[in-house]
Amino acid sequence: MLQGIAFYLLAATAVLSGLLVVTARNPVHSVLWLILAFFSSAGLFVLLGAEFLAMLLVVVYVGAVAVLFLFVVMMLDVDFVRLREGYATYLPLAAIVAGILLAEMIMISIVVVQGGAAADAVGPAVATADASNVEVIGRVLYTDYIYFFQAAGIVLLIAMIGAIVLTLRKRTSVRRQDPGAQTNRDRKTSVEIKGVVTGVGVTGEELR
Amino acid sequence: MESTSFWTTPVGWTLATTGAVLLVTVGVLIAVAFLLLADRKIWAAVMMRKGPNVVGPFGLLQSFADMIKFVLKEIVVPAGADKVVFLMAPVITVIMAFTVWAVIPFAPGWVISDLNVGILYVFAISSMGVYGIIMGGWASNSKYPFLGSLRSAAQMVSYEVSIGLIIINVILLAGTMNLSSIVTSQEGWIWNWYAFGGGADTWPLVVVLFPMMIMFFISALAETNRPPFDLPEAESELVAGYQVEYSSTPYLLFMMGEYVNIIFMCAMISILFFGGWNPGFPIDFTADWNPFLVNLLLFGVLFIKILFWFFMFAMVKTFVPRYRYDQLMRLGWKIFLPTSLVAVVVVSAWRVFAVGA
Repeated sequence: MLQGIAFYLLAATAVLSGLLVVTARNPVHSVLWLILAFFSSAGLFVLLGAEFLAMLLVVVYVGAVAVLFLFVVMMLDVDFVRLREGYATYLPLAAIVAGILLAEMIMISIVVVQGGAAADAVGPAVATADASNVEVIGRVLYTDYIYFFQAAGIVLLIAMIGAIVLTLRKRTSVRRQDPGAQTNRDRKTSVEIKGVVTGVGVTGEELR
Repeated sequence: MESTSFWTTPVGWTLATTGAVLLVTVGVLIAVAFLLLADRKIWAAVMMRKGPNVVGPFGLLQSFADMIKFVLKEIVVPAGADKVVFLMAPVITVIMAFTVWAVIPFAPGWVISDLNVGILYVFAISSMGVYGIIMGGWASNSKYPFLGSLRSAAQMVSYEVSIGLIIINVILLAGTMNLSSIVTSQEGWIWNWYAFGGGADTWPLVVVLFPMMIMFFISALAETNRPPFDLPEAESELVAGYQVEYSSTPYLLFMMGEYVNIIFMCAMISILFFGGWNPGFPIDFTADWNPFLVNLLLFGVLFIKILFWFFMFAMVKTFVPRYRYDQLMRLGWKIFLPTSLVAVVVVSAWRVFAVGA
């Protein structure tokens, strides 16, 4: 009973917030609704018994990706009127894409319900008493699919290096901080005491 | 929980869980009230002042007086603010701060939800905490809060990375992400605590783990926006950062969330590195004692550890000067991240080649 209540609550929240992502006038509100959608989907994962995936969804998407979304959207100078301008022209195209996606999903669900191709395949390894969810996923990921895992890692590494190469620029006109030199500064190297004769000043030495 | 049939029905389960949640929430709230006072008292003692000493004996009721003061004041919402998001932000902060306590094991069996992925849950929920700050800063529709919230969010996201990598060391040694199991894996003598190497098989790792513990403490300071990393709230430059436009109860909620997070971090460092409820010596002699009494004593041990770490938090606040923002980012990304990565490599190599899988 409790699971049923939780499912309908989370599913309704996910669908509703998904709808609001598209319809919200303010892009920041859209991102906030998107975060709620992520969070409710994570809840659905928990109900399926995939708590590891649920936590990863929250850590990666809610904790990191959506924060960057928010940063970008908040700092954009958004003109709300211009944002709405192309709504009517893009509507047919968007409707076609949405329709295709919907049809595909319905077909997949029909196939699964009828016990077709997807249901016949090796089912997801279910957590048992002696092996938790995390262990089961880890065993599959690091033994059967180790090469794909490594390849994904290399792709990510290349993407990271690419991003750094694209954004790194050495500017010579800017003075940079040197924390090492700053913290190693001591009295001997930075303070000098001079006997100044009244009326004469410090002569013969360039002022520092 | 009693194993009578009522407690296994949905209604009974809901009642029991709600009761446990209430117990933890109220306990944490009362702890916050007195630790806030302790914080101010320690701070005052270092500065050779008296600190709050008027309300109640030794000023013990100061926090309650402050709470009443905050609640009775008017909530001022700026005219240009996004009202809903503005008021939601502190609520999210405080809810997320309390939600993580669900997986904290206070004593053997005394935990609301003994999740298998407890550490990941902690990580997930504490990464949600940053939204309170971003939303608060943005919804205020003002420049200082916005700048403050951006700085704060960047800081929290950066230090979450190093905290995560440091926690991985402990997970590798414990072989589990369940917080109760992590605590039980540190049973027995004091050298079984992960701060001191974690037992006979892995004792040379103390060279790695003790610095990791210190790095975890420093990252926890940065993660909770405590001095010396309180840049988002820097009173002098940013006039309290994302909280500028907040007043009365919403401000109280922000501050409460912050302190709940601080105590949570103290609990985490006690559980991950200092054996949680384990007193540091075998407790076999309690085998024929009343289990409830033993649990209460073990909870007391954890409580003392939390108090010790809170004292350290307060002391750091008193005598460490504030970091500059570029120094903070450099420390997080260029020092803590590579060091903790190397530590993960060393610990996992030891785990595989010296201990065996």
